[in-house]
Amino acid sequence: MPLDQSYIGRAYPPSAPYEVGREKIREFADAVGETSPVHRDPEAARAAGYRDVIAPPTFAVIVSLKANDVLVDDPELGLDYSRVVHGDQTFTHHRPITAGDRLVVALHVDAIQSRMGNDMLSVRAEISTDEGELVTTGRCTLVVRGEDA
Amino acid sequence: MIRAADVAVGDELPPLALRITRADLVRYAGASGDFNPIHWSDRFATGVGLPGVIAHGMLTMGLAGRIVTEWAGDPGAVVEYGVRFGRPVPVPDDDEGALVEVTGKVTKVLEDGTFKVNVTASFEGKSVLGGASARVRLP
Repeated sequence: MPLDQSYIGRAYPPSAPYEVGREKIREFADAVGETSPVHRDPEAARAAGYRDVIAPPTFAVIVSLKANDVLVDDPELGLDYSRVVHGDQTFTHHRPITAGDRLVVALHVDAIQSRMGNDMLSVRAEISTDEGELVTTGRCTLVVRGEDA
Repeated sequence: MIRAADVAVGDELPPLALRITRADLVRYAGASGDFNPIHWSDRFATGVGLPGVIAHGMLTMGLAGRIVTEWAGDPGAVVEYGVRFGRPVPVPDDDEGALVEVTGKVTKVLEDGTFKVNVTASFEGKSVLGGASARVRLP
């Protein structure tokens, strides 16, 4: 069944804060092979002009992936996550995510389109600190494969 | 760190050859929190019609992004990075893993002074990330 078009423009309340830790940044940097000291050494990060160690450009997926749970957990939207494929992903950084940030994510459904039996859900994740400073905007398309696709 | 004055449209970034093994998938699953079994269970992956375990698209995205961060010299210089997920990258259960080749090229200077870098990533000669690009702010 196609997704409910009235969800276009829907904004979900912000998530509980996620506290960005130095060791989590190091772990993620190791996992994507980023070797820069600004991910590991607070002194090196400060010398490069940052408050503390900064996260690699795709670290934001940790919080944006978790934030998608509000879509999965919304029974009225009727999203079958076992049929969902991640179609695309973009992160726009207003500043680098930094250790010590307490990030909250507000999800917005920007568009729902149907194409060849598949639903395409355009989701925007506005990631800010719990003090209201916008840090990163994530945009992704979730493709829901149709029953026959 | 590279400076804006030293960069011109058409510049090619030093290419990267990435090897992705099963161990990399396990490490990325833990680091990212993405425990979808298509990235660690052959039984599950073949059950949903895949040839076998495939790499997380976001792992390929993260690894390929290094072509830009290593060139820029400061990962914080990457103000935007986006990809479309194309063909999956199957990762065999052996020591060799899958080889993904990454290229990058400066294609534009934008109005705000940032540089647009187009990125390609291919596996066995076929694109695995479509329309990938980054925007980089250089001093």
